[in-house]
Amino acid sequence: MSVVEVRGLTKEFGDMVAVDHVDLASREGEFLVLLGPSGCGKTTLLRMIAGLEEPTSGEIYIGGEKMNGLPPRIRKVAMVFQSYALYPHMTVARNIAFPLRAEGVDKAEQDKRVRWAAELLGIDRYLDRRPRQLSGGERQRVALARALVREPNVFLLDEPLSNLDAKLRAAARDDLLEFQRRVGITTIYVTHDQVEAMGMGDRIAVMRDGKIRQFGTPEEIYSDPADTFVATFIGSPPMNLLEGEHRVVGFRPENFKPIGEFTERDVPSTFRFHVNRSEYLGSDRFLYGVVEGYDENTKVIARVPVGSTIAEGATYEFGVAAADLCYFDPRTGKRLRGDA
Amino acid sequence: MAATTLEAQRRRAELKRVWGRVSLYVLAITAALLAAFPFLWSTITMFKQDQDLYNRDNNPFWFTLPPTLEHIRYLFENTAFLTFVRNTMVVGLAVVAITLLISLPAAYSLARLAGRWGERMGIAIFLVYLIPPTLLFLPMSRVVASLGLLESLWSLILVYPTITIPISVWLLMGFFKGIPRDIEEQAMVDGYTRAGAVMRTVLPLVFPGIVAVIVFSFTLSAHEFIYALSFISSTANKTISVGVPTALVRGDVFFWQSLQAAAVFVALPIAIVFNLFLDRFIAGFTMGAVKG
Ligand SMILES: Nc1ncnc2c1ncn2[C@@H]1O[C@H](COP(=O)(O)OP(=O)(O)OP(=O)(O)O)[C@@H](O)[C@H]1O
Ligand SMILES: [Mg+2]
Repeated sequence: MSVVEVRGLTKEFGDMVAVDHVDLASREGEFLVLLGPSGCGKTTLLRMIAGLEEPTSGEIYIGGEKMNGLPPRIRKVAMVFQSYALYPHMTVARNIAFPLRAEGVDKAEQDKRVRWAAELLGIDRYLDRRPRQLSGGERQRVALARALVREPNVFLLDEPLSNLDAKLRAAARDDLLEFQRRVGITTIYVTHDQVEAMGMGDRIAVMRDGKIRQFGTPEEIYSDPADTFVATFIGSPPMNLLEGEHRVVGFRPENFKPIGEFTERDVPSTFRFHVNRSEYLGSDRFLYGVVEGYDENTKVIARVPVGSTIAEGATYEFGVAAADLCYFDPRTGKRLRGDA
Repeated sequence: MAATTLEAQRRRAELKRVWGRVSLYVLAITAALLAAFPFLWSTITMFKQDQDLYNRDNNPFWFTLPPTLEHIRYLFENTAFLTFVRNTMVVGLAVVAITLLISLPAAYSLARLAGRWGERMGIAIFLVYLIPPTLLFLPMSRVVASLGLLESLWSLILVYPTITIPISVWLLMGFFKGIPRDIEEQAMVDGYTRAGAVMRTVLPLVFPGIVAVIVFSFTLSAHEFIYALSFISSTANKTISVGVPTALVRGDVFFWQSLQAAAVFVALPIAIVFNLFLDRFIAGFTMGAVKG
């Protein structure tokens, strides 16, 4: 049980900067999610924490101890690789037991823990198979089991559920979170799936181009994005952005409602919303359209209850409560604070 | 219309498959016979009486006179054949050990070396292998002489690795490159040193390559002639490749049956061992070929 902290961590490959002065500190036993698009440096950051990649500059601390220059085995981290990295010549059982053998855990205890981890992830039927004889999702669960049998300082999980189908994934997510809460070991979880990030993370670090754009709780990230990248990367459908003269206005689709739904007391900003298309989603209805007075190529989405009587092709008065509006600098994309 | 053309194509595919099978077997059997023929001939010859062998009217592939064990007895009792075999074993095993000890770490480092340098150095090392011993045996004998190793098995144990190591390094490099780095990195995260990780995860995966290196190094030590001839002249230290012909060819008198017997007794055990590892061995050479 240790906190992980990195300070000014940078990794350059030639003249390409994969991780750029990242500062990040977890709390004790936290489930920290690293979220970002492909190629933003998530894996590289994880590999530096694990000790597989020497940083170009910056420091890494695990449990308050500086880890730079120490080999992986001394850092005592458990890691799930994006590629699973199973040992092809060993059975599933031996794969899972591998880190335990390194620690010199006795045989009976090894068997017990292997069985426990395999059952947790629903792969106990495959213990005698080789990785080659498993599907992608099964392999991924073996890789996760191999990390979970240990009692490391930190778990580093690089998209450990990416290959599971929706149902298995939801179940594995639950099991993983429950397990993590129980053992209370700090976990850094990489994903590029924002739904997964929002659902799992105690806090989320949103990365782009090697930099951390925002670090906060899912609520903060969602309702209080630091820049236009975070605003549009999180949320599905993403935040609407309207480019004005001096600033960009942003609001979430669910806060964009017909003017009639507001009471007398909260005075919304109003927009004339021309609805092009309406999409029925069972629980909600998405309205796609444009706002008059703004660039007609800027698509705006509203999320309204299914019952609302709104016709395609018509124009309506819509509004957003002042508290739900975000303003951004049109040049840098950074959030403009204090003048909402 | 579409159905009939499909039907025709199915028939053609079927015909092709049958023809492919037939020609494959014909080829395989022919090749097997061609390869086995010298051994069969040797095996028959080694039991033949002199009058049978030297009479041109007799069928060389069958016994006209009854078979005899006399020439085999001659090989074991009147020549130092068993000494030659022992020397060959000693040299072969030592060369295999030295080759593995040096080429495994070398190939691993070159394969994992970042950038294009590993590749280039691998090729450079391989080029050394292409210089033939016929050019090297004179300078090499000077080296061996100044080391005081002439007439000693150590001369061969020292010199053979100059042939086996370059090709083994090159061959093993191909294997190491085929093993994803992730696997050994995972083992390092799982608690091993780099060496420990490589031993437990990478070496088992390049096992076919290791078998190929063992086979290659051992057979080279057993059949190499030029160095063995120029470094060693005492019977007690000769290996098979030089010992057998010098003991059984006296001037222009060839002890044919005993020579054949010696060849068969050496080839047979090696062939049996190879067969045990045949699958791995083939995987070894083809895998190296594709990935090297
Ligand atoms: N060994 C390397 N040599 C050169 N460039 C590298 C190396 N490893 C990563 N990169 C580059 O660094 C950047 C970050 O890579 P990284 O693997 O960390 O991305 P990622 O966020 O994990 O992406 P993904 O979600 O696709 O896994 C990429 O542009 C990649 O091309
Ligand atoms: Mg990655």
